[in-house]
Amino acid sequence: MVNLIIDGQSVEAEEGWTILEAAKYYGIDIPALCYYEGLTPTSACRVCVVEIIRGGRSRLSASCSYPVQEGIEVRTNSKKVKRARKVIIELLLASCPNSRTLQCLASKYGVTKIRFRSEDRGCILCGLCVRMCEEQMQAGAIGFVYRGVGREVAMPFHTKHEACRECGACLYICPVCELPCRGPMQPGELCNACLDTVQLEAFPCKD
Amino acid sequence: MVKMTRIDSPSALEHYRRAIKEKRAKYVKTVSVCGGTGCQAHECGAVYEALRAALDENGLAKTVELRQTGCHGFCEMGPLMVIQPSGIFYKKVSPEDIENIVEASLKGNKVVEELVYEDPVSGEDIKKESQIPFYKKQKRLLMSMNGKIDPCNIEDYLAQDGYSALVKTLFEMEPTEVIDEVENAGLRGRGGAGVPTASKWKAARKAIARDGIKYVLCNADEGDPGAYMDRSLLEGNPHAVLEGMIIGAYAIGANEGYIYVRHEYPLAVDNLLVAIDQARELNLLGDDILGSGFSFDINVSIGGGAFVCGESTALMASIEGRIGEPRVKHIHTAEKGLYQRPTNLNNVETWANVSLIINQGAAKYKRVGTKNSTGTKIFSLVGAINNTGLVEVPMGITLREIIYDIGGGVPKGKKFKAVQTGGPSGGCLPESLLDTPVDFDRLYDVGSMMGSGGMIVMDEGTCMVDIARYFVDFLCDESCGKCVPCREGLKQMLYIIEDITEGRGTLEQLDLLKELAEVMRDTSLCGLGQTAANPVLSTLEYFENEYLEHIKMKKCRAGVCKSLITFNINPKKCTGCMRCRKACPVGAIKGKKKEAHIIVQEKCEKCGICFEVCEYKAVVRK
Repeated sequence: MVNLIIDGQSVEAEEGWTILEAAKYYGIDIPALCYYEGLTPTSACRVCVVEIIRGGRSRLSASCSYPVQEGIEVRTNSKKVKRARKVIIELLLASCPNSRTLQCLASKYGVTKIRFRSEDRGCILCGLCVRMCEEQMQAGAIGFVYRGVGREVAMPFHTKHEACRECGACLYICPVCELPCRGPMQPGELCNACLDTVQLEAFPCKD
Repeated sequence: MVKMTRIDSPSALEHYRRAIKEKRAKYVKTVSVCGGTGCQAHECGAVYEALRAALDENGLAKTVELRQTGCHGFCEMGPLMVIQPSGIFYKKVSPEDIENIVEASLKGNKVVEELVYEDPVSGEDIKKESQIPFYKKQKRLLMSMNGKIDPCNIEDYLAQDGYSALVKTLFEMEPTEVIDEVENAGLRGRGGAGVPTASKWKAARKAIARDGIKYVLCNADEGDPGAYMDRSLLEGNPHAVLEGMIIGAYAIGANEGYIYVRHEYPLAVDNLLVAIDQARELNLLGDDILGSGFSFDINVSIGGGAFVCGESTALMASIEGRIGEPRVKHIHTAEKGLYQRPTNLNNVETWANVSLIINQGAAKYKRVGTKNSTGTKIFSLVGAINNTGLVEVPMGITLREIIYDIGGGVPKGKKFKAVQTGGPSGGCLPESLLDTPVDFDRLYDVGSMMGSGGMIVMDEGTCMVDIARYFVDFLCDESCGKCVPCREGLKQMLYIIEDITEGRGTLEQLDLLKELAEVMRDTSLCGLGQTAANPVLSTLEYFENEYLEHIKMKKCRAGVCKSLITFNINPKKCTGCMRCRKACPVGAIKGKKKEAHIIVQEKCEKCGICFEVCEYKAVVRK
């Protein structure tokens, strides 16, 4: 067993667990978009960043892939984490303004305004569908194409491919292509109808 | 060529080396024609062919050795030619000059005056390579070999005592001794971050390979805008890199290596492949190298030209045939790298330093440079600078010395504004920091970094906000797009900077820019994203005034940001010469001959051509 501190509590975790798994086991909530049990973590969305203090040095790291280590201290809700997480949620919302998942995240973590230019792309490129298709459905019908800001999820050469069995697993797992948030708002605005900051105060951290 | 045979002992190598040197003793003179990519663009190939023909014609082929070498560094003056032993240096040689050169310098011992380099500062003619100010202040430990050897002929490298460090390593040193020597020399990675090479080697040596296979890699995916030192080394002296890699592999216990080189470097790839073949033929690579019992071979992997593939894990993914995307490095590549096996990756220049350290010993190597940054560093000096080219300088030299003493300062009497080091991950430093010594830690302290060695000099005609925009735009395309802070952050950063350069910027946006930059630095997945905001942060720190001018006064002092400038004609100065009217590509200038012209603002594209062609300074840019 590995001993570490998460949000001030000394906890034991099994060797090979990630910080996210350990936190989940102890009922500590860390938001994550590109993480899904059973799929390889890729640490792409960065929403699950936590502050890790190791050897006196603090840094932010994605908890979904960081293995638990003896003696480290993890802060899932410190000032540094909150600030970074808010900007990341804001960036995601700018690319998918009407996603219900993102709107709810925004409410939960206190994002009340999008300061960036919004463009609805309908995809946050978390890659869950790509991994689902490849790792669980053994199809590998979709993948990432292009690079940088032009990155997209597509079938080979943008045409329907025979490897796709139309199983719908990609749709099932997608965190954004569901019913849009129906809060009282104009497109591109934040609903914040379910703004619930109690969660944030549940595990106070020393910053 | 002496017949190539398998060499199976150090003494046989020495024997072979002696044979090469004896064979060459008959040559009275040696002519080196630069064959680097820069000089090839100036058609050095024709110069070489013409000289070859002229030597045959004049019966000089037996006494004059002709050699097409790698890059000499002074690319501004190409094609270059150096005649040894006198050291005569000719610049901008064309095939028509060959006749004069043969008559004067090869048959006789005279100098062709027209081809001699003239120092732009003193106006003096300088005949010898070593006397030229551009070379004088340099410390060319790695680059000097480039001018002496034909990269496609291993005999040249052997004649310069090449592979002697390898012999010493394989037959006189234990692997741990090699690592200790490199550690004592204080060698730090030349790829940018400056990680101590020995600590990487130690970790890779310590790592346990499940099937006994470890890898040694060479990162030749040089992608920084304006940087080309790695290309030059690979093109001009590939054996130095190979020798370093073999020594490193021996120290780590690896038997297989890869050189990852971008396909935009065709000459480097060609020369490298020739060098590897020749080394294999002589048994300097392959099974049982020189009869030592140590086996090691190198493959060349050609990248598709993605900047992000210079990142270690992306590079490894690319070699494996997967998409070149970085992955998290909670488990180091020294333990699980290429094909999940222990892997050590070093930059081209780092590898080239290894044989130097073994040959001269750590103590001597350390004498060059500063306490924590030893040895030399090659920079590619480009931008608004008189002497464009590759410069190799001892660490600790100041930026001012590089730019003014070696680079010859800013051309056309313009004022220096900033110097950018470290490529898209580095920063722009103002004039007040020109006395900063070139040193890994000091450059980091002032908000830039050593980087792989690009050094872009900018004059007063450069808008710093526009420079930040350029680098952010570059990274928008070159980010892999995997993680959110880098992909979305860069995109939003570009929008904000575009707003500023187009006159829509607000002060709140400036704060947002800073906040975004910090989050990108703290949360991005790989080094590219973590450093992507550096060009913005450093320009904001040293040139905040320019940002404020753009935002508050809607003014671009360098006259670069088109939305913020207008061109007008001062009727008092305009003579009606019609030059601007003829030159305007969109027909925005109206006016009759000998009457003052006017610019129709609605049509004007703000290209600035009228401003440049006007001889009477009547066109005003505001």
